[in-house]
Amino acid sequence: MIELKEVSKNFGLTHALNNVNLKLGSEQCIGLIGPNACGKTTMIKSILSIVVPTAGDILIDGKSIKNDVSYKSLIGYMPQIGRYPENMSIGQVVDMIKSIRNNEQVLDLELWDAFNLDSMKDKKMHALSGGTIQKVSATIAFMFNPKILILDEPTAGLDPLASEILRDKIKKERNNGKLIIITSHLLNELNDVLSHIVFMEEGKIVFYKDIESLLEETGQPLISKAISYLLKNLKG
Amino acid sequence: MNKLIGLVIKDILKSKVIIIYTLFLAAFGWSVFSLESSSAKGALSLLNIILLSVPLVSIIFGNIYIYNSREFIELLVSQPIKRSTIWNSIFIALLIAVNLAFLIGIGIPVMIFSSNLIGLSVLLTGLFIGSIFTALALMGSIITKDKARGIGLSIMIWLFLTLIYDGLLLFLMFQFADYPIEKPMALFSSLNPIDLARIQMLLQIDESALMGYTGAIFKKFFGNFYGYIITIVLLMLWVIIPYWISLIKFKKKDL
Amino acid sequence: MIRLLYVILLLLFISNIVQAKQIQVGSKHQYKTIKAAIDSALDGDTIFINSGMYKECPVIVDKKITMIGVDRPILDGEHKHEVVSIKADSVVFKGFRIQNSGVSSINDIGGIKVYDRRWVSIVDNVLDNNFFAIYLQYSKHCLVKDNIIKSNAHDEQNSGNGIHCWKSDSLQIIHNVIEGHRDGIYFEFVKESIVWRNIARNNIRYGLHFMFSHNDSYFTNIFENNGAGIAVMYTKHVFMANNTFINNTGDACYGLLLKDISDSYIKGNRFQGNTIAMFLEGANRNIITKNIITENGWGMKVQANCEDNQIFENNFTANTFDVATNGSLVMSYFKKNYWDKYEGYDLDKDGIGDIPYHPLSVYSYVIEQNPISMLLFRSFMVTLMDRTERLIPSITPEAFVDLTPAFKPYKYD
Repeated sequence: MIELKEVSKNFGLTHALNNVNLKLGSEQCIGLIGPNACGKTTMIKSILSIVVPTAGDILIDGKSIKNDVSYKSLIGYMPQIGRYPENMSIGQVVDMIKSIRNNEQVLDLELWDAFNLDSMKDKKMHALSGGTIQKVSATIAFMFNPKILILDEPTAGLDPLASEILRDKIKKERNNGKLIIITSHLLNELNDVLSHIVFMEEGKIVFYKDIESLLEETGQPLISKAISYLLKNLKG
Repeated sequence: MNKLIGLVIKDILKSKVIIIYTLFLAAFGWSVFSLESSSAKGALSLLNIILLSVPLVSIIFGNIYIYNSREFIELLVSQPIKRSTIWNSIFIALLIAVNLAFLIGIGIPVMIFSSNLIGLSVLLTGLFIGSIFTALALMGSIITKDKARGIGLSIMIWLFLTLIYDGLLLFLMFQFADYPIEKPMALFSSLNPIDLARIQMLLQIDESALMGYTGAIFKKFFGNFYGYIITIVLLMLWVIIPYWISLIKFKKKDL
Repeated sequence: MIRLLYVILLLLFISNIVQAKQIQVGSKHQYKTIKAAIDSALDGDTIFINSGMYKECPVIVDKKITMIGVDRPILDGEHKHEVVSIKADSVVFKGFRIQNSGVSSINDIGGIKVYDRRWVSIVDNVLDNNFFAIYLQYSKHCLVKDNIIKSNAHDEQNSGNGIHCWKSDSLQIIHNVIEGHRDGIYFEFVKESIVWRNIARNNIRYGLHFMFSHNDSYFTNIFENNGAGIAVMYTKHVFMANNTFINNTGDACYGLLLKDISDSYIKGNRFQGNTIAMFLEGANRNIITKNIITENGWGMKVQANCEDNQIFENNFTANTFDVATNGSLVMSYFKKNYWDKYEGYDLDKDGIGDIPYHPLSVYSYVIEQNPISMLLFRSFMVTLMDRTERLIPSITPEAFVDLTPAFKPYKYD
């Protein structure tokens, strides 16, 4: 579904992405992990063409994303820190995105209802807490039934209850055959959600494995343990 | 695109700066015509506002708006809209906002007190200057990295075009006073949009004086039909070229 | 005694009727040509010339007769001849169309030319496409009235003046319209004359041009859109009042050029839309007052060689520059003028601004030295320069000042 071909991105002298090749299929839930400044966010932003790669190509459903924006209607994106026009209310933001997306299909309002956003849809964005903004971002990401979901630190600012709601939603959508990419440091929260792990370091992909083989190879019960085990062994 | 323009305009109007700007222009426009004895003199005082305040406000307002809308732009980019559509919409919305403020603030008193050719040129000049400096604002905001530098650059551009450029021209005029410099000087001054707009106003207001010494050159260069066409084309280029540069840069920009 | 006087008067009257013949000229009348009619006429006779085309120029009027055109007969010079030559005193010439005089670079050929005569009246004629239209030389006490004079001159060499007067005096030039000649009205060595209610416009050189013509008066004339405006020179005791000088524009074009004019009085005139409304060069002891000077490029240029001119109670409005000069010496006096650019105040409400006004813009100085710098006029930089100079005069002469500027415009209408 998503294919990165020799993608590089330089910011001045630093190589945020260094010749990355990656192929992700449907019905996967990818955990995109790695230390700070390893290139995760750059990769996500490259897929969304918020950042324009220096070299290489990205294909979605076999089509290059260069000079084409229609593929973005296949993607739901939840940014790490959602920022919205401050003077708009929640309702206006959602309406605005609806009008931009301009599609006729039935909207997925599960999260809207679950987060109970209807009760505060007239609140202005600048008056919202970080958690509420995350709820809005999550709702918008899922609202249009996209085939691909890209979630940047989705549970970071959420309270446990909301976090649980979101996890259930992610699982449900994975089972519906969607490709979900999650970056997160809180891997334990996502133990039962993820199907694959992509580990990045210094702009390169260190490994790309499914969870079962990862746990099997390392003999660890938890993903976080398995990864740290693997890293030690790799370096040693 | 229309939806987007509408959204941006709504957003701009909520910031209140543009409303204060409109009120300022209106206060100035009305007081000028009620204080000055003749409408020609009123138009002259307006010229000063147009050549000073309109460019300054347009360029700084445009700049700050772009910087404050970074998140909004980022949000839009992650949606299925072309970048050029986003940038065009923002530009058009800014143009509408700045020029609407001018038309309401200055246009209404001009139409009431000085609805003649001079008044019309005042309005046209103001609209062009507002548009040009909005385009320059977009260009400035895309080539600088942060807000402070962006505003700094804006003020520099403004200062250069309103004051320093003319100072340099005057210096050159005296340095090369013994040579036939009329044509090069007319050419140089037509390269600065503020000078160009000002000279077109001069042709209206100071027609008698311009028939004097340098009249021939003036009239030849600016005052005939082709002069007007060239002036309008040049002013349009001053809108299009900075905007076009900013658009190309925006298409490749990492947000 | 009184009865005798009546008888004598009656006899005189009857004898006059008997003497003064009325002669008709025209295709259906006794005389077919004007020449034949004049030949048969005696002093005091009246010749009526009926409508038609008369190509028998030059018509020489050498008797004291009255010539009246009926239904505007046409006298055509066929581009070769002088049309009418008046060579007798007390001729009245009225109601003709005079056209197509010859053009010469040696002789001054006129549409109507008066040679060294007195008491001649030239009234209500239309003069079309002549070299010089009405030409008076060595003439006195002549009247030129109600004539419409047109030509379409293209260059100064091959064109003459509308009303040209040379070495004459006591003339009355009244209510003529002059268009398209070289100079509208031209006086040289003409004295004690009056020019009243004429309109001179679209002439290729000057609307009015005189020199060495002392003690003349000019009232209520309109001089509009002449190639070089109005130039008057080398004359004393001129009286100019209530004239309009309008839209005389161009390089070296003046609403009114006063060159070596002295002891004259210029009052209540209107100067509007001229490149330079008034240009004073070597002009001394003139009084310039109650004029309206508006919408000109320069209201007044007073050169440094002018002395003792009194310039007061004029309205200066909407001029690009109100005044200018070429030196630092100022020996003329400005007072109680209204300047629309004055930004002072009048706290004691006496109608006079409380602070003096320096009408000289520093930038007019700059432009005087470097004309092309007009390009930068009204830019922010120039506004700054002018403001600074008004606050702290350093370049412009300190003496160029109106100490008592009027606070409100005068109402002269």
